[in-house]
Amino acid sequence: MIATPKPDLVTVNVDGKEIAVPKGTNVIEAARLVGVDVPYYCYHPKLSISGNCRMCLIEMGMPAVDPATKAPIMDPATGKQKINWIPRPQIGCATNASPGLHIRTNTPQIKDCREGVMEFLLVNHPLDCPICDQAGECKLQEQSTGYGRGYSRFIEHKNVKPKRTQLGPRVTLDDERCILCSRCIRFCKEVAKDDVLGFVDRGSYSTLTCYPGKALANNYSLNTVDICPVGALTSTDFRFKMRVWFLKQTNSIDTESSVGANTVVWSREGVIYRITPRQNDGVNDTWMPDSGRDLYKIVRANDRLAVIKVNGADASLDEAVNAAGRLLQSAAGAVAVIGSGRSSVEEQFLTRKLADALGTSTQLVSRVGQGDGLLISADRNPNVRGALVTGLIKDLPTAKLTSLGAAIDAGKVKAVVVVGEDLAAAGLSATQMAKVAIVYLGTHANATSTAARVVIPTLTVFEKSGTFVNQQFRIQKYLKAVPGVAGAQDDLPVLARLVAAVGGPILAGELHALWRTLAAEIAALAPISFATLPEAGLLLDGTPYAAGPFVETESLHFNPAAKPAVTT
Amino acid sequence: MPAPQQRRIIFRHIDEPGYTNDLACYVRHGGYEMLKKAVAMAPAALIEEVKKSGLRGRGGAGFPCGVKWSLVDRKSGKPIYLVVNADESEPGTFKDRYIIHQDPHQLIEGIMISSFANNVKQAYIYIRGEMPHGARILEKAIAEARAANLVGPNILGTGYGCEIYVHRGAGAYICGEETGLIESLEGKRPYPRIKPPYFPAVLGLYQCPTIVNNVETLCHVKHIVEMGGDAYAKIGTPNNTGTRILCVSGHVQKPGYYEYEVGTITLGELLNEVCGGPLPGRKFKAVIPGGSSAKILRFGETFTLKNKDGSSRTLTVEDIPMDFDTLAACGTMGGSGGVIVMDDSVNMVEALANINAFYAHESCGQCTPCREGSLWMKKITTRMVHDHARTEDGALLKSVADQIAGRTICAFGEACSWPTQSFVAKFGDEFRAYPETKKAAKSAGTLELV
Repeated sequence: MIATPKPDLVTVNVDGKEIAVPKGTNVIEAARLVGVDVPYYCYHPKLSISGNCRMCLIEMGMPAVDPATKAPIMDPATGKQKINWIPRPQIGCATNASPGLHIRTNTPQIKDCREGVMEFLLVNHPLDCPICDQAGECKLQEQSTGYGRGYSRFIEHKNVKPKRTQLGPRVTLDDERCILCSRCIRFCKEVAKDDVLGFVDRGSYSTLTCYPGKALANNYSLNTVDICPVGALTSTDFRFKMRVWFLKQTNSIDTESSVGANTVVWSREGVIYRITPRQNDGVNDTWMPDSGRDLYKIVRANDRLAVIKVNGADASLDEAVNAAGRLLQSAAGAVAVIGSGRSSVEEQFLTRKLADALGTSTQLVSRVGQGDGLLISADRNPNVRGALVTGLIKDLPTAKLTSLGAAIDAGKVKAVVVVGEDLAAAGLSATQMAKVAIVYLGTHANATSTAARVVIPTLTVFEKSGTFVNQQFRIQKYLKAVPGVAGAQDDLPVLARLVAAVGGPILAGELHALWRTLAAEIAALAPISFATLPEAGLLLDGTPYAAGPFVETESLHFNPAAKPAVTT
Repeated sequence: MPAPQQRRIIFRHIDEPGYTNDLACYVRHGGYEMLKKAVAMAPAALIEEVKKSGLRGRGGAGFPCGVKWSLVDRKSGKPIYLVVNADESEPGTFKDRYIIHQDPHQLIEGIMISSFANNVKQAYIYIRGEMPHGARILEKAIAEARAANLVGPNILGTGYGCEIYVHRGAGAYICGEETGLIESLEGKRPYPRIKPPYFPAVLGLYQCPTIVNNVETLCHVKHIVEMGGDAYAKIGTPNNTGTRILCVSGHVQKPGYYEYEVGTITLGELLNEVCGGPLPGRKFKAVIPGGSSAKILRFGETFTLKNKDGSSRTLTVEDIPMDFDTLAACGTMGGSGGVIVMDDSVNMVEALANINAFYAHESCGQCTPCREGSLWMKKITTRMVHDHARTEDGALLKSVADQIAGRTICAFGEACSWPTQSFVAKFGDEFRAYPETKKAAKSAGTLELV
């Protein structure tokens, strides 16, 4: 019956089912492991225990022992050790697994407890689900269906509280919906380290608010919206835009920095409405920066490129590829390739193949900012390590393309292929750019696209699938959330055709097929295929690149001083 | 049989003509002799005396003081704090304030003895915000004691040092809950902590082991040192030792505070003989024996209790001895000693409306059942007394209260639900009849404003 547990495991009994869990696991998590749902509001696995919602009440018992002899007391009826049940219900979130712990969640008392808490939570709740953004993903809705009585006995006036408080630039609060679970307060204090939220007044009139003179303005403020179990905290950006049940969810990666926070992109009919974090306990837990949630706006930006141009005239893709092929081959020996730390591993691989076919090497442009110690690292390119792994670059990129400028001035470079970067921003003058023929692949208009001879508009990260390698050398995939805007071309086939057009090998322009080549040619990627890459990503062996010097400092789940991660 | 005599130990000098609250007067009356005696003893021996005395906490829960002290984590290496709960906020209770106002040095001596016994270097007196005068008196008394080396770094030349600080609350009932009090003392909202893991004896003030004792309890410690634990244990009745102060308020001829050996006086003797009985032309209707959160007793009801030998005895309300155990056996509690008497002029719905308004106002709002339930109950009783009563409201009130009790973070859940549960259980007829009562009063023109 009771299996011999491992040393750090304890056996607990949840509704009659035995399970071995690590010591200290709380009852909610232990019950989850045996498929028993313990409802809760205030508990959050990544925050401290508050124990205030009282939804997770359970009955708890311990095996009976004789106080004097410590010998087990047996129950003659069952032949098993007797269980001493505590008459008062206990909260599951603060009850930790200890040897022999017994839990009951399906008793009349617990049913009554849950019905009671549900009723209490709803007596002063406005019940404005029809106009509430949380509807569809609201714990109150779910659990009143699952554990409530289904009717109300409350005939008094409900409390009146502020309905639309701007807590900060991105978060709007409806205090009447708030169930005072304090998750947001704990998040600000414990994770964002920006202690600005608190309750004022007392009893049922308690009201969530910012401290006087403060605002919920930190770059993680929208996580409070994510963890709010009800519709109290809403995103000012997403508020009243779309019912969540209409939205399609697509796994993606935050491209802001080399942290590579895991995200979900929510879209409907080709339009993205919001981005939220996706749990990855090795990378971003359940958090993401606010700044990364705005990135979807690039898809429909006014400066988005949507027309293929050759020498300023509209062209077909065939014309553009042929023109680029001729242009690059005529400048053979004097071509430079500028790749990007924002391109995917696959794109970087094809860019390298292009450079190989042209007999040249590639440079990247670095973007360095301040790391915030949490989920934005100093390296603002999401995939510099991908360029190392694919062999696109050997040395880490610099911010300015000084050597390229010098080579152009010296007449050694006559043509430049630019993938998604802006030469002007990288330090080249208009004169220098005018001296060379530029083939530009990119999503948005910039000085380079204006100066380029061949412009092929490509897709944003939300319109295609691919992989990035983050600061931990964790390869993670993102998936296509929405179709590309009209006129924009998929990067991989374009790159593959360019490689062929300059006399390089015939390579697959389709992602899964290309991955077979990647796995065959790059030892580090040998065991991987795109389809089987796990959602949580896979750690690659970073040892060959340990010399760096990488710019990242310590952040959540990443310590640059620690030894490089080894393939798991 | 006449009522027993008061035995004033704690209140020996309260209201004594010529007795002042300064150090000189206290020393003239033998003050601080017990501190001298205590510092010559071993701390462990002092704890043993308190254990032997059987002293139970006078704040409300009646937890044995010696056991509380022995639970303190002494191996953590962290400092141990003593926190004096002077947040006397339970409606109907008015004992600690007289100690503070008239005999503050008795409290300070009790604190110093208890601190020495538990190796406490810092003690805090958390005094209720509504007692500013008491706080000033304590500050002055502590300054006097410090000047005389009775408080401070080197007490009576022994090398043992302990400071006492007075901290004023800001006016919240919940600060009387020990972990809420600790949070407030740390400068936070007084949200009671979850237990486990935050038992004050292990993780109390500043996450250090902490003893929280009531003012009256600590005063008793001084007298335990004086007479010895065994002798003290002979006062009162077994398991209900010592004396306790009963604060009688409401519809009696002579309300006030009376100190009796625990369990030697019955409720009937207290109200009819000591307090002079009901007001002229009135009859007693109900009594709350231990502060407003204790369950109400209805005159005329009887209790059948089991004796130790297996036989049983039947008690009327008047027969109940004022001790912890019998009151608990009768379904209520000795609580903080606040005896609230109601005569037949009181409508129980209106009385409950008053109590519910208090608890709804004082719920801290941390955990759901108490936060929402206390206000809901208040809204129901307020609606009832404002002409919108329904016959089913009594049953609804009880059901709401049942959903609170036992499911909250702190004992406030019980405190706010017990009045409702007991009022409805014992005066259910009055709740059901209330709509008619109100209508009749209205048409007869005898309606009083509530």
